[in-house]
Amino acid sequence: MKTFLKKFWAAMRLPSTHFSLGFLTLGGFICGVLFWGGFNTALEATNTEAFCVGCHEMEANVYADLQTTVHWNNSSGVRAGCPDCHVPHNWTDKIARKVAASKEVYGWLFGTIDTEEEFEAHRLTMARREWARFRANDSLECRNCHSYAAMDFAEQSQRASDQHERFLATGERTCIDCHAGIAHRLPDLSEQARGPASFDDRMPFTRRDGIPGTRLQVYLDGH
Amino acid sequence: MRQSTLALNAVAILVLSAGIAATQSDVAQLRSAPLAENAEAPPMRAQMDTDLRQVRNYPEQPPVIPHAIENYQVDLNANKCLTCHARARTGQSQAPMVSVTHYTDRDGQVLGAISARRYFCTQCHVPQHPDDPAVTNTFVDIDTLLAEEAARGAQADD
Repeated sequence: MKTFLKKFWAAMRLPSTHFSLGFLTLGGFICGVLFWGGFNTALEATNTEAFCVGCHEMEANVYADLQTTVHWNNSSGVRAGCPDCHVPHNWTDKIARKVAASKEVYGWLFGTIDTEEEFEAHRLTMARREWARFRANDSLECRNCHSYAAMDFAEQSQRASDQHERFLATGERTCIDCHAGIAHRLPDLSEQARGPASFDDRMPFTRRDGIPGTRLQVYLDGH
Repeated sequence: MRQSTLALNAVAILVLSAGIAATQSDVAQLRSAPLAENAEAPPMRAQMDTDLRQVRNYPEQPPVIPHAIENYQVDLNANKCLTCHARARTGQSQAPMVSVTHYTDRDGQVLGAISARRYFCTQCHVPQHPDDPAVTNTFVDIDTLLAEEAARGAQADD
């Protein structure tokens, strides 16, 4: 291996004997343009909603969820699609997310989520992953559109402006802490599903107070 | 027996069709179009979002919701209302706590958590819309009733 590298380096240092300078420089330039253009086109193509919902597990579950929410239909007619929230806009972060997303290709190949039941079984895990990501980057994908500095408190309801001033302005909370479930339905957050040990003070609805769990199911079954 | 049933049916049909005919002609009605046609649906209004508590008409009335609750998820998975109204959350949210009546089962047994039968908030608590009701409500609250009765009593004494 070492000798191969040495020979390769020696060959790279020699001037070209068969190809002209023009061929090498222009050819290199054109190949570079083609490679970078192709790379970017592929990157953009995989960054569209149409690509995301190309898989049935996306279309039948999370995409259907989205269509009932304010990020799909609202008074101003602005719509947020999958990559707006789930792919960072910054280039290096975007590439990192794309590499991480290769794991999702495995899930697709092996049919991890083929049915609604399988999706519901995985919903909590996947939701938690996204909540953790949003908390780690201070809800960056929310803030790409919604900035605290641009909020008109007079236009907000009293309740909303109070909460934003108290928790968002001080940095005590980030968007996802209160607005989880804004674009998809929330997973089963009952104690049975998430385990009693994983109580998270910042997450909505995770107290015993709110989630009667099996008792609620028993009640519903009785009616 | 059979014949009398038939006769009754015939009478019922006559009465009903007469009723329908009357509705179509001169009876005051809420429909804005003839019965056989589809009326234009009235526009949907946004829910009121004033955050001002409304007076209850009687003490047992479930308080109405003075804010918009569009797209709030209340199902087996989660309950968005309780994000603010759960006992443990009222400190941060400054929202009124779910009433203590929600912490008992139907036998009056006190529970540590909200009773399953009181979990689905919108069964009793509803948001408001800024609409003029097509039929006005003639409900009179107890204070008005008592005041009227007192006034009547005073008149009778004169």
